[in-house]
Amino acid sequence: MTELELARAQMAMMFAFHIIFAVAGMGMPLLMVIAEAAHRRTGKQVFLELARRWARGTAILFAVGAVSGTVLSFELGLLWPRFMEFSGGIIGLPFALEGFAFFAEAIFLGIYLYGRGRVSPVLHMLAGIGVAVGGLLSGILVVSANGWMNSPAGFLLRDGMPIDIDPIAAMFNPAWATTAVHMSLAAFAASGFAVAGIHAYKLLRDRENLFHRHAMAIALWVGGSAAVLLPVSGDFSARFVAKDQPVKLAAMEGQFRTERGAPLRIGGIPDSKAGTTRFAIEIPRALSLLAFHDMDAEVKGLEAFPRTDWPDPLPVHIAFQVMVACGTAMAAVALLAALLAFRNRESLFRPGFLLPAIFCSPLGIIAVEAGWTVTELGRQPWVIRGVMRTSEAVTPVTGLALPFVFFSVLYLALGVSAALLLRREVSKSPSFPASADTSAAREREE
Amino acid sequence: MYDLSTLAAGSILASLVLYALLGGADFGGGVWDLLSRGPRGRAQRLLIAHAIGPIWETNHVWVVVAVVILFTGFPKAFALISTALFLPVTLLLSGIVLRGAAFAFHSYHLHDEGGRNSRWGTVFACASLLTPVLLGVVIGAVSSGEIRAHETYSVGASMAWLSPFPLSVGLLTLAVFSYLASAYLILETDDPGLREDFRLRALWSSAAVAALMVAVPLLAKRGAGDFYHALLGNDWSAGLVFLAATAALGAHVSLMLRSFSVARACVVAQASLILAGWGAAQYPYLVRPDLTIPAAASSQASLRLILIALAAGGLLLFPAIFLLFWVFKKDTVFGRTNRS
Ligand code: HDD
Ligand code: HEM
Ligand code: HEM
Repeated sequence: MTELELARAQMAMMFAFHIIFAVAGMGMPLLMVIAEAAHRRTGKQVFLELARRWARGTAILFAVGAVSGTVLSFELGLLWPRFMEFSGGIIGLPFALEGFAFFAEAIFLGIYLYGRGRVSPVLHMLAGIGVAVGGLLSGILVVSANGWMNSPAGFLLRDGMPIDIDPIAAMFNPAWATTAVHMSLAAFAASGFAVAGIHAYKLLRDRENLFHRHAMAIALWVGGSAAVLLPVSGDFSARFVAKDQPVKLAAMEGQFRTERGAPLRIGGIPDSKAGTTRFAIEIPRALSLLAFHDMDAEVKGLEAFPRTDWPDPLPVHIAFQVMVACGTAMAAVALLAALLAFRNRESLFRPGFLLPAIFCSPLGIIAVEAGWTVTELGRQPWVIRGVMRTSEAVTPVTGLALPFVFFSVLYLALGVSAALLLRREVSKSPSFPASADTSAAREREE
Repeated sequence: MYDLSTLAAGSILASLVLYALLGGADFGGGVWDLLSRGPRGRAQRLLIAHAIGPIWETNHVWVVVAVVILFTGFPKAFALISTALFLPVTLLLSGIVLRGAAFAFHSYHLHDEGGRNSRWGTVFACASLLTPVLLGVVIGAVSSGEIRAHETYSVGASMAWLSPFPLSVGLLTLAVFSYLASAYLILETDDPGLREDFRLRALWSSAAVAALMVAVPLLAKRGAGDFYHALLGNDWSAGLVFLAATAALGAHVSLMLRSFSVARACVVAQASLILAGWGAAQYPYLVRPDLTIPAAASSQASLRLILIALAAGGLLLFPAIFLLFWVFKKDTVFGRTNRS
């Protein structure tokens, strides 16, 4: 591998790792707060236990998210110093504001986790809400920086250097809105489904356990609502990309030729050498319809652009398919859940639903990883689209294999340890038999 | 004279001071965890975990703030530092990762298993020992005058950080962080035995810091001549060094007299003054001798916005931080003066 490839691989590995914890940091606090609110409203002990356990899980996930994020903010300079030299002054604003969101998250998480019994219940609840809002804001703000890399705005180029810098315009770059909405929904869908699946798994063997029933219900509410909105938001994203970044769209769809009434390809393997996508199921004119809401609209193919500006369509197309497939499955399961809950709530806890819910558990995370692969690989060979190539941004330092291997091993160890701790948290199921809901005997606590 | 870029550089220094006083003490706690022994070893570890638990994530964010101001306000300096000091910064990062994650795992076990030290506890402690040294090394290296912009851009990483002056700054950082932690921990407990343990540790750290406060300038004289002359030749920094020495004396004497609140205030003053003195000597450079504050600064528009964002954010932030410390450190930080 060349040094450039090593730098890219290291960046990709670190992001792929961070994003899992970031998603949890956006989604988990919401679940935790809902459980806490349910406890306050109903006085039921089971919700309190749920809020506690989710909070303990969040604490671990949050710590790993915080340190891996800190690494990223340094790595931007370590691996891509030229990129940061160019863009630091332009997109620093969202990063700086994000710093305050981190503070809010960390402060309120400290109060929430360690403050039960020390602060008033109202303040405790507000702290929980503060964590949730802080997490959401962090995600939304950092996505602005990424949006700017896809749709640079807020500066003019002279002799390769930026002038007339307007950080506000850069922050409110054209790509931000669609991306931020899509990312936030994705975070809720991914955490909701991951959690729902875990509790569904426990319910398979312990069907009457109220703890897992309530947990799955809350997680499904959050994940399911987001999952049905995601395809809608994804459609906005896709239409924005079609207009703003036609090369990326072409790579996503495996579209080589420019044509009117372009087909939508399901599956298939793009072959850049031959300039065609093989083995795809083609739905005539559907791509033009989806991307431009017009069956006869012209879709630019990769061939409309210089070869040196092509992203590699193979991973981009496949990743896009994976994301859409996961999204479709999750939306379907969410609708099924809504239907069952409406008809006969008890059927949510039968294997007929539990099994699909378990199947969907990892899909949200997979879709998030795939979606980011689309965004980042689809932007290649640019780090700032149309302004700076990735190869121009990379550090002159050599020997990048060492930190790459080192951090990969380190992150693997952290990931495994975090997973083991979380497993302990779920595996010791507290027992809340169905009768507990009605008995007041358990309401001693606090 | 106080243009926007100086203000932005000043806010980096201010974040570093806060990081040292708050996050630094958490690292120091890890050092004392590593060195905890004797009949009260377990109690010491629990006290440390208990003191750090609710606040370390918040304290940690100060370093993120410092980096963000650096790359927004001074992108050239960020690029130069991260290229020339690729190795120590990478090591610093692995220390930060290990410290944070290991502490979270470790305290999970502590709560679960009634104070038994887990393997993560050891990782947490070792990472707490290494990270401050690396942080100090990076600070020492940017003042050493050995990092040259043109060489860095053609050759890549520099080895200048591996010389006595930056390494001594690293040791000084470690000593100061441990000193801060021990001074804080005395007031975190009512147990006379534990108090005495940390008082002894504080006295030893005080001696180590004092020795290094002499050694660092001596090594600077040989390894970082420009910095040495700026440190002692400039009225501001010489004055700050003098004040730091005074605070050091005050801290040591109050520790001997068991006047722990005064001691803590003196240690805080001492640590802040050391960093401020470094800042004054480093001024107007970010990376000696090639990159000054104005030369590295980004556009006025960016600087202005970042300062506005900092000020506005600070208005929201400081009350929230105050709340956090009020909830968990009511007695130790705001309350009762010492009752020894
Ligand atoms: C649970 C996760 C999830 C699910 C179910 C979906 N997505 Fe997605 N998608 C993401 C998670 C995600 C993401 C990881 O969050 C991305 C990466 C960048 C971003 O903002 O969101 C993304 C990016 C992304 C992009 C690229 C945007 C860009 O590069 O600017 C498009 C066009 C879509 N998505 C479209 C869709 C469609 C049509 C879906 C239909 C089902 C869909 N997504 C489901
Ligand atoms: C706001 C957030 C993000 C920023 C600022 C950002 C920035 C960058 C930068 C500077 C690079 C290196 C240059 C390049 O290869 O283009 C990169 C590469 C990459 N990032 Fe992102 N990124 C972000 C989010 C993500 C996320 C969440 C993922 C997730 C999984 C991701 C996946 C990748 C991948 C796969 C690469 C390597 C692409 C390649 O092979 O070059 N990125 N990113
Ligand atoms: C799309 C991509 C990203 C999302 C959605 C995201 C979101 C988050 C969230 C929610 C957190 C809070 C910690 C947690 O709950 O686990 C976090 C932490 C963090 N992120 Fe990211 N992040 C992304 C990419 C990045 C990038 C590109 C950087 C840096 C350049 C970064 C830097 C950080 C830092 C420094 C923290 C730690 C803050 C602390 O100390 O608490 N993140 N991120």
